Amino acid sequence: MNKKGLVSLISVLLGLIAGAIFMLITGHNPLEGFKSLIQGGTLNLERIGNTIATATPLILTGLSVAFAFRTGLFNIGTPGQMLFGGFCATAVGLTYNLPSGLLVPLMVFVAFLGGALWAFIPGILKALFNVHEVVSSIMMNWIAYWVVYYTIQGYFKGNMETESRLLADTATLRAPWLSNLFGGSYLNLGIFVAILAVIIIAFILNKTAFGYELKSVGFNRHAAEYAGISVNKNIILSMMIAGGLAGLAGVVQYAGNANNIQIGVMPSQGFDGIAVALLGANTPIGALLSALFFGLLYSGRGFMSAMTGVPPEIADTIIATIIYFAATSILVERLLDKFVKSRKEKKTQSAALTGGAVSSTDNKDENYGFMPPNSSDSSKNNAKKGDE
Amino acid sequence: MDYVVEMLNIRKEFPGIVANDDVTLQLKRGEVHALLGENGAGKSTLMGMLFGMYQPDKGTIKMNGSEVKITNPNVANDLGIGMVHQHFKLVHNFTTTENIILGIEPKKGLTVDIKSAAQKVDELSKRYGLNIDPYAKIENISVGMQQRVEILKMLYRNADILIFDEPTAVLTPQEINDLIEIMKNLIKEGKSIILITHKLKEIKAVADRCTVIRRGKCIGTVDVKLTTEADMAKMMVGRPVSFAVAKKDTMLGETILKIEKLSVQNNKKVLGLKDFSLEVHAGEIVGIAGVEGNGQSELVEAITGLRKIEGGTIRLKGKDISNYSIRERINAGIAHIPEDRHKRGLVLDYTMEDNMVLEVYNKKPFSNYGLLNRQAITDYANKIIKDFDVRSGEGGASIARSLSGGNQQKAIIGREIELDPELLIAVQPTRGLDVGSIEYIHKRLVEQRDNGKAVLLVSLELDEVMNVSDRIAIVNNGELIGIVDAKTTNENEVGLMMAGVKGGSKNE
Repeated sequence: MNKKGLVSLISVLLGLIAGAIFMLITGHNPLEGFKSLIQGGTLNLERIGNTIATATPLILTGLSVAFAFRTGLFNIGTPGQMLFGGFCATAVGLTYNLPSGLLVPLMVFVAFLGGALWAFIPGILKALFNVHEVVSSIMMNWIAYWVVYYTIQGYFKGNMETESRLLADTATLRAPWLSNLFGGSYLNLGIFVAILAVIIIAFILNKTAFGYELKSVGFNRHAAEYAGISVNKNIILSMMIAGGLAGLAGVVQYAGNANNIQIGVMPSQGFDGIAVALLGANTPIGALLSALFFGLLYSGRGFMSAMTGVPPEIADTIIATIIYFAATSILVERLLDKFVKSRKEKKTQSAALTGGAVSSTDNKDENYGFMPPNSSDSSKNNAKKGDE
Repeated sequence: MDYVVEMLNIRKEFPGIVANDDVTLQLKRGEVHALLGENGAGKSTLMGMLFGMYQPDKGTIKMNGSEVKITNPNVANDLGIGMVHQHFKLVHNFTTTENIILGIEPKKGLTVDIKSAAQKVDELSKRYGLNIDPYAKIENISVGMQQRVEILKMLYRNADILIFDEPTAVLTPQEINDLIEIMKNLIKEGKSIILITHKLKEIKAVADRCTVIRRGKCIGTVDVKLTTEADMAKMMVGRPVSFAVAKKDTMLGETILKIEKLSVQNNKKVLGLKDFSLEVHAGEIVGIAGVEGNGQSELVEAITGLRKIEGGTIRLKGKDISNYSIRERINAGIAHIPEDRHKRGLVLDYTMEDNMVLEVYNKKPFSNYGLLNRQAITDYANKIIKDFDVRSGEGGASIARSLSGGNQQKAIIGREIELDPELLIAVQPTRGLDVGSIEYIHKRLVEQRDNGKAVLLVSLELDEVMNVSDRIAIVNNGELIGIVDAKTTNENEVGLMMAGVKGGSKNE
């Protein structure tokens, strides 16, 4: 278990403790509350399936944010990219009458492209005019919101004013065998899309020269530029991949978990992706695990409320508190350091002098808060260096 | 004895390393006490404990004879200890006065009483000869002046003991002289100074006594007047050090770099380099001498492709590379040891291994079909680490940030030389390094030249340019003032040319 994973676990634990305190304050038994919360997500196969299904879009949006983060970008445009990607897929699904084996992959592909296109614009604005991606991608969220609003109403209106026509079952990621396997849950093929995306992104980041480039631009774009790496190309590509991942979240949500698209709703999974990435320490596998955990909380809260009378908002409060602790992970990390140090001091006093080297105590200041790690403040680094 | 500060038998461990082992430093009232040691010797750790940033594991700190516990920098402040950091901690769009009173603002009702503060700043400035304008904004004053603001900040807080952490690293020769004057004034007014440095010349010029530490251990305290620079260097490094750079005669080869009428804009969008022409041949080291900000950065960035040019041509071995991308230039045979190793030279959060392939990660054998070949990268990095004596906790797996400055620099130099370039551009290659590392790096540069490569050395240290170069090109205000032969020139001639006085172009 590495340190970051431990920090995330401690954040979760602290969040749960805070949740327990809230339950106590509102006059409920926390043990009962947590028991039913977990039961709500895992009681039977159907509930487990639903938990995973709830987590599926979160995995992808979390991955999107984490990926951008690793390359020094803060992709806050996931809701818009997800909406637009999902919209593109829905439009294709409603327009073309193709065999399922052809149509569904096409929809997935189109969703990726739609999300990528939506993120391409903030990417190129950042690369060419140094427009901060946070500002431009928030704008893109609203553009997506209204574009979808208008187009669905104009061309794909369903029974209700506020939603599109229903997709045929052949035009969704739903698979009866998978649903039946999990007791009739709405779990669908989207989970395989998500897992595949996690594997591919982890592979790109860790094993390829492309990932090496992306990360070096993220950590220190001046050094990347110095080494002949095209910073602008990497910013644009990184945004597009991140946007594509969010677009995939759109297709698994609107053509998997649901079978139509609602208008006038910014998908909450988009912003939740930031929390997922944060708790997952911006690693692909971390995003997967933390999305599953969030899925558990989301799908269990109704059951908890029904069984114990604990308001479902408590689950949201727990999530918020966990995010709070994950965001202040520097604090958790400090505590952890202190703990490890005092343990070590008790154990041994002898440590050999090794060369002229300096060992690092607390000088990793990457990925603490919300901002990407490329702004390295040299004075801070120096102050943190054990010795020079 | 009248000691203001005594740090007795201090020991401090960090995980895996003993940073200070039984170190004793005693500061007399009214003296400048130099603390000398190589990078990573434990100087900053020791001072960090005096300033309350770390706690000693063993040993005692006494002030005026009685033991004190300095648990955080505020305690140090209250005890009258002030530190002038190497990297200034100033708010750039505040005035000097606003910076100085930050945190202890004098109040007049609900508002800050800037006027009386500025008056006090002015008084202090006059008293110590600091010559600070209380209403000037930080962003508009020179680096040397910013440092004085830092000093005045300490004086404003009634500090009696001033710690200077490598104060001259960022200063021009003239500013260094001014700083030495200021330090003498401070002593006259009853302050005591600890000077952290590894520049022997400055110790000789200003310090009374000098404590030397090496690898965390106290080597001894000497009287500066009675000790030669060579002796102090030997104490610091542990072996005799030669200051002169041993060189064979040049074997001039073909022209490698030919710059003609190069014009480049600086950050303020005016020409920082004007009609600059220069040739560098195989087998020679050409030094660029000049005061900081006179076009050196623009020149280097234009050659390496980091900055676009406004006019003129750059040729490498006859080929016009003016429009090449950065990567194309690297591939054409230009290697660059950058001025700022943290900004450009290293990805500090990458491991050393990853840093060693920063320019070649996409080439065989380090990557095949876009996949990284970890084994090849590890082997390559280990070779550089071994050949260039880069010391780190975990070898290639160490995070670059965890290495000391000297070792980071050695790694960068190793990486660039390993590219086997036609032209090696070294910018301030020894900035902030100790004499041991400097000697080593100079040797490597000369070796590169002896192997028939071209070397362009840019340095603000006149000694370095004079000792290492074969020819010296002097820039002033973005223009080439002249080129002199390093063997026949002298410091005076180059110094005058640096100030913009033409002459000495006889050797061109």
